[in-house]
Amino acid sequence: MTVTKGESAREGADDEGDMTGGAGDPVPGATDGYTPSARRLERERHKRARARRATAVAALSTLVTAVVLYLVVVNAPGWPRTKETFFSAQYAREALPKVLDGLWLNVRLLFVCGAAVLVLGMLIAIARTLRGPVFFPLRALAAAYTDFFRGLPLIINLMIVVLGVPALRLQGVTVDPVLLGGTALTLTYSAYVAEVFRAGIESVHPSQRAAARSLGLTNRQALRYVVLPQAVRRQVPPLLNDLVSLQKDTGLVSIGGAIDAVRAADIIVGRSLNYTPYIVAGLVFVALTIPMTRFTDWVTARMDRQRAQGGSL
Amino acid sequence: MHPAPRALRRAVSAATIALLATAVGCAPQPEDKATTSSSGSAAKSCAPGKLATKTSGKLTVATDEPAYEPWFKDDKPANGKGFESAVAYAVAERLGYGRGAVVWQSVPFNKAFAPGAKTFDFDINQVSISTERKKAVDFSSGYYDVRQAVIALKGGKAAKATSIADLRNLKLGAQVGTTSLDYITDVVKPKQQAAVYAKNDQAKSALKNGQVDAVVTDLPTAFYITSAEVTDARIVGQFENQGAAPEQFGLVLDKGSALTSCVSGAVDALRKDGTLARIEKQWLSDAVDAPVLK
Repeated sequence: MTVTKGESAREGADDEGDMTGGAGDPVPGATDGYTPSARRLERERHKRARARRATAVAALSTLVTAVVLYLVVVNAPGWPRTKETFFSAQYAREALPKVLDGLWLNVRLLFVCGAAVLVLGMLIAIARTLRGPVFFPLRALAAAYTDFFRGLPLIINLMIVVLGVPALRLQGVTVDPVLLGGTALTLTYSAYVAEVFRAGIESVHPSQRAAARSLGLTNRQALRYVVLPQAVRRQVPPLLNDLVSLQKDTGLVSIGGAIDAVRAADIIVGRSLNYTPYIVAGLVFVALTIPMTRFTDWVTARMDRQRAQGGSL
Repeated sequence: MHPAPRALRRAVSAATIALLATAVGCAPQPEDKATTSSSGSAAKSCAPGKLATKTSGKLTVATDEPAYEPWFKDDKPANGKGFESAVAYAVAERLGYGRGAVVWQSVPFNKAFAPGAKTFDFDINQVSISTERKKAVDFSSGYYDVRQAVIALKGGKAAKATSIADLRNLKLGAQVGTTSLDYITDVVKPKQQAAVYAKNDQAKSALKNGQVDAVVTDLPTAFYITSAEVTDARIVGQFENQGAAPEQFGLVLDKGSALTSCVSGAVDALRKDGTLARIEKQWLSDAVDAPVLK
């Protein structure tokens, strides 16, 4: 059956909507006893066929790509050695328990430093967004802090804190490399996170604050109940980015001799010259990140739903 | 109604598949002919100066940067000073490559063992020979018998240790990927987890700062550290050899390298005619004995 020019189905239409809104379409549901015209049925059939074809083509091309990549890798002349060096089951078995032992350190650091970073970052962001001339020194200090610690390479920061602070031989200051390393991480990451929070605070429209103030809220209440909730909610994805990044950087405390997941892998690699433990450690980190991402997505979605019920913009 | 997009899409997908297909057959790196991993197989005549080196007529020798004393001097491997620099030049000489034909290359420890084409002919970097490591690379014969030693601050908790049992309750440190670390985990078996550092430099700082009680390194390094770098530390003692054969440093070559047998032959000859002993005396002469920890 041919379709007339005016309503020719678009090439490769892949939207599943059943309302094309073409010329001369009857409005469905407007009258009872509506029966779709033969032309409409034909059009829908045609669209379904197109969708099926699109899926089939996508599946086929994916399969072809996968097979080609597999063949490229497996037929590479160095593949047997690469497999032996990076994907050895024996070394994976040996490495996994040790890597997981090390990972426990990463996880503890992530939770403690993550909490400290969120609190400190928020305080710095608030300090930077305070209004009024009296707060100038506070604003300047917060700005200097973020500038300095965002710019300072983390590895150098860690070196200075982990190896430099104990050299001062201060009474009552810890020489534990993990505590010192955690401090260095917190310094750097709170600068990142402060900027994320500040961007969030500044992205809330001034009218929100004005409205809150006109309702009789104090400056502090306006910040606490109106501005910050919106600011934080908007900043969840970039915050999560920073947390995932922090999770991987916790491994850098191994500068001070502590054994984290990557260093545990390092030890086996150094002894055996087989790189499989690195792959194991890498996969373990990825496995740790995925649930974290899903969880925050879920939290964000839930917050959005609640907000939608409130009906506010 | 434009037929162009469909035609275009078809063309693009066809091109993509064609491209991937060519990728399968794309020219791989030429492998060395000597993929038979038997390093001593029918040794090609080690014609002096005519070996199948990376750059013909030159011998490319790799080591890590920075290059540490007493193995190298002034972080300049090419100056011929320091034990390993001298050994490298002596081996090159044996193979028929004069000083001018030796090219030095800086290759990090880990990169020297990665599979894939090597950029150097051999690597000299205080790498201990082990059967496990032989699965990944070729080693020449050993050019130095190494022992491990314990360093501690004078007056520190570890300074009075006379036996391995005395070290058990201390916080020990070592560099990652070293046999020193293996000695801690396999021989001392300390109650506290050992501190593991990326470089001996950090282990030295930790020792100075009191973050560890003692550090394990090889004996020549231990002598250098206590005499020049951390002068308020002393060598507490050295470990007895584990296993039947002495631990040895070997030159690292690519797995199945065509040069392995020639290089090994050169090292053996140098050991036989006393050159190795002479170089050792010249550069590691002060590495006299330290008390043995039982």
